[in-house]
Amino acid sequence: MLKYFAKRIFLGLVTIWFIASATFFGMHAVPGDPLAGDKAMTAQIRANLEAKYGLDQPLGTQYLIYLGNIAQGDFGISFTQENRRVNDIIREHFPISATLGILAIVFAGLGGVLWGALTALYRNRWPDVVIMFLVILGISVPSFVVAAISQWSLVGLNLATGTAVLPIGGWGTVWHMLVPALVLGLSTMAYLTRLMRSSMLEVVSTDYIRTAKAKGLPATQIFSRHQLRNAILPVVTVLGPAIAGITTGGFVVEIVFAIPGLGRYFVQAIQQLDYTVIMGTTVFYGAFLVFMVILVDLVYGFIDPRVRVEK
Amino acid sequence: MSTSHLTPADFQPLQSSVSGQQISRPSLSYWADAWRRLQDNPRAMASMGLIAFLLAFVSVGPYLWQVDPSVQDLDQIGIGPGADRSVTLAPPFQPWLPEQQSTILADNAMGLTLTMPATTQAVRLMWARADGVRYRLYRNLFDPSDTGSFGLPLAELDRSYFEDRLDLQAGTYFYSLVMLDANGAETATAITRTVNVTRVISVAEAVERGLIKTEAEAQLGQELRLAWHPLGTDYLGRDMLARLMYGGQVSLFIGIFAPLAFVLLGVIYGSVAGFLGGATDQAMMRFADFVVALPFLLFMILFKVIFGIGPGESGIWPMLVAMIILLWPAPARLVRGQILQIREEGYVSASRLLGGTTSYVVGRHMLPNTLGVILVTMTFQVPSAIFTEAFLSFIGMGVAPPTPSWGAMCNEGIKSMLTRPHELMFPALLISITVLAFNLLGDGLRDALDARMRGTE
Repeated sequence: MLKYFAKRIFLGLVTIWFIASATFFGMHAVPGDPLAGDKAMTAQIRANLEAKYGLDQPLGTQYLIYLGNIAQGDFGISFTQENRRVNDIIREHFPISATLGILAIVFAGLGGVLWGALTALYRNRWPDVVIMFLVILGISVPSFVVAAISQWSLVGLNLATGTAVLPIGGWGTVWHMLVPALVLGLSTMAYLTRLMRSSMLEVVSTDYIRTAKAKGLPATQIFSRHQLRNAILPVVTVLGPAIAGITTGGFVVEIVFAIPGLGRYFVQAIQQLDYTVIMGTTVFYGAFLVFMVILVDLVYGFIDPRVRVEK
Repeated sequence: MSTSHLTPADFQPLQSSVSGQQISRPSLSYWADAWRRLQDNPRAMASMGLIAFLLAFVSVGPYLWQVDPSVQDLDQIGIGPGADRSVTLAPPFQPWLPEQQSTILADNAMGLTLTMPATTQAVRLMWARADGVRYRLYRNLFDPSDTGSFGLPLAELDRSYFEDRLDLQAGTYFYSLVMLDANGAETATAITRTVNVTRVISVAEAVERGLIKTEAEAQLGQELRLAWHPLGTDYLGRDMLARLMYGGQVSLFIGIFAPLAFVLLGVIYGSVAGFLGGATDQAMMRFADFVVALPFLLFMILFKVIFGIGPGESGIWPMLVAMIILLWPAPARLVRGQILQIREEGYVSASRLLGGTTSYVVGRHMLPNTLGVILVTMTFQVPSAIFTEAFLSFIGMGVAPPTPSWGAMCNEGIKSMLTRPHELMFPALLISITVLAFNLLGDGLRDALDARMRGTE
C-alpha cells in the first residue's frame, strides 16, 4: 500500500515536471516579447531588465534556473505588476478560489448523492422524471449562461424585495459565496446525480440487498446502511476529476460574479502576456490537480477495502 | 451377408420430406441490429432530427436568409425580435436657433416643454429659467421615480434650452431637470417629463438605404418599413439570425471536426499501443498519462497564446489543433483497453489459426468490434468540444471578432443582458439545444451499440 503510493507520488512529481516543461517551452514559443511594451525605452534599460528577469541567458540555462526555482517553490516576479511576486498572488487569491471550489464540491456532492438516491427510489415516477429533466438541463446549459441568468434573477429578487437579499457580486461574507458556489457546482451535481442514479439501480438488484430484505431489516436501514454506502463508491471515484473541472470552471463564475480569485488573475495575465504569472499559475494548478487525484485515490482505499487488496 | 440385392438406386439421396428448422427472416448484421434498436428509441430519433435541423440551419440557412452577418443596420441597433420597424419620412435635420423661437412653456413646475415633436433626429427642450440658476439634465430609459436614482447627467446648463441628439432610438425616454443651488448641489426642485421619440428618416437617407427608389416618389410624413430582422439585431446593429447561422457554422465545425480528428488520432495511437503491447505499450501509455494530467483549459488557453492570431484570422484552426493535441489520450486509452481485451478473444485466435494475416485480423475483427465504443465516445465528445469553444470565446480567448460563433455571441450578449436579453438568449439556446441533442444521441447510441453498457444510463 505504502509502496503503491510512493510510486504514485513519484509519478505525480514526474507529471508536474512534464507540465512545467511544457509550459516553459510553450511560453517561450509565444511570438512577441514581454519587454516589448513601453518599459524598455533604451538599450541600457532593456539590458538591465533582461538581466533582472534572467532573459539574457541562453534558453537551456533559463530552463535550468526555472526548474531550480520551481523546486524551491519560487515562481518569480510578475512582469506587469511591479515588484509583486507570483507566490504572493497565488497566496492571496488562491484561498478565495479554493473556498469557492470546496463549497461548490460540497453542494455538488451532497446534491448529487441526494437527488441520485431520490431518483432511484422513485424510479419512473414523477420525482424521477422531474429531477432527470433538470439534470439534462444542467448538463446542457453552458455554465456562463447559468451564471448570467442566476445573477439576473438576483437583481430581480433584490429589486422585488427592495433590499439586498443576496449580493449580486463581489466577495467577503458567506452570502457572497452561496450563489456562485451553487452555479459552479451545478453541472457537476447534474453529472453526479446521473452517476448516483445508475449506481443505486445497480445496487438495488444485488444479492446482499435481497438478503437484507429477507432478514427483515426495515427499509430505512437497508437504504442507509447497504444501498447508499455501496452506491456512493463510483461517486467518490469521479470526485478527483470533478475537482479539476470545478477549479478551472471557476474562471467563468469568478468573472461573472466579480470574485477576486486566481482564475480571474490567470485570464488577466494571459491577456497582458504576463509570462511569470501564466507559468506560475499553470504549474501551480497542475500540481494541485495531480495531488488531488492521488488524494482521492487514497481516500478511496479507505472507503472501499477491496481496492487496497487489489493493488 | 449378401450384398447382391443392392442396386445403385439405393445410393441416391432421399428426398427430404420434412422441412426442418429454417431461418425465416434475413439475418441481421450488427449494424442493422443497432440501427433497429436506435429506431425504437424515440429520444434518440428526436435528437437525430434536431441535429439534422441544426445542420440544415447553419448550412442551408444562409442561402435562404441572404443577409450579410457583418453588415450593420445603424437605424436598428440592439432591437429585439418583432420590434416596431416603421419609420416616418421627415425633412433633413435643421439647426436649431432657440433664441429666435417663441414657445409657450408648459404649466408644470419648471415649465419643461418640448418645442417640437421628439424624433430620432433631435429632442428639443425648453424651460422657464430663474435668473442665475444652473440646472442639471438627465435622460433615463426607466422612470427615475421608480428606480430612485437619476444616473449620470446628460448636461449641466446655465441656460433655458437643450437640444439632445445623442444616440436617440425610437422609444420612451424620461428627461429629468434638476435645479442646482449656489454651491452646485442638487435641490429638491426637479421635474421629470416622459418623451416619446418617433423614428424619422430623411428622403436622402431613405433612398440610400433602398427603402424608396427615387426622391421623386417620396412624400413627407409617409410611413416606411425598415429592413426586417426576425430575431432582432445585436449591439452593433448586425442581424442576429444571419449571425446565428454563420456562428453555428464555426461552433458546429469545431464541435464535430475536433472530436473526429482527436478520436481518430487516439484510435491509431491506442490500437498501435494495444497491439504491440509490452514495453512499447507501457511507454506510450505513460506519455498519454502525462498529457491527460495537463490542466485542459489552462493549456487550451496557453496554446491559443502560443499559436497567436494574426490580423484577419478567425482563430478557428489554432483552437482545433490545440484540442487535438490535448484530447487524444482519452480515446487512445479506451481503444487500447478494448484491443487488449479483444486480442485474447477466441474468435481472434480462430482467425489466426485459419491463417488470417495481422492486417486482416485487425481490420476485420478488432477495429469493427471497437467501432461501437469509438462512435459512442465521439458522440459524447461533441458537446464537450462545443462547450470548450463557447467557454474560450466567452472569456475572449476563442475565435477572434468579427467572426461570429455562438460562444462569442454569448460573450457580447452578456454585457447588455438586462436591457437586451435576446442577444444572450438566442445563442445560449442554440448551444443548449445542440449539446442536449448530442447527449441524447450519445445515450441512444450507447444503448444500441454496446451490449455491456446497456441499461446503465
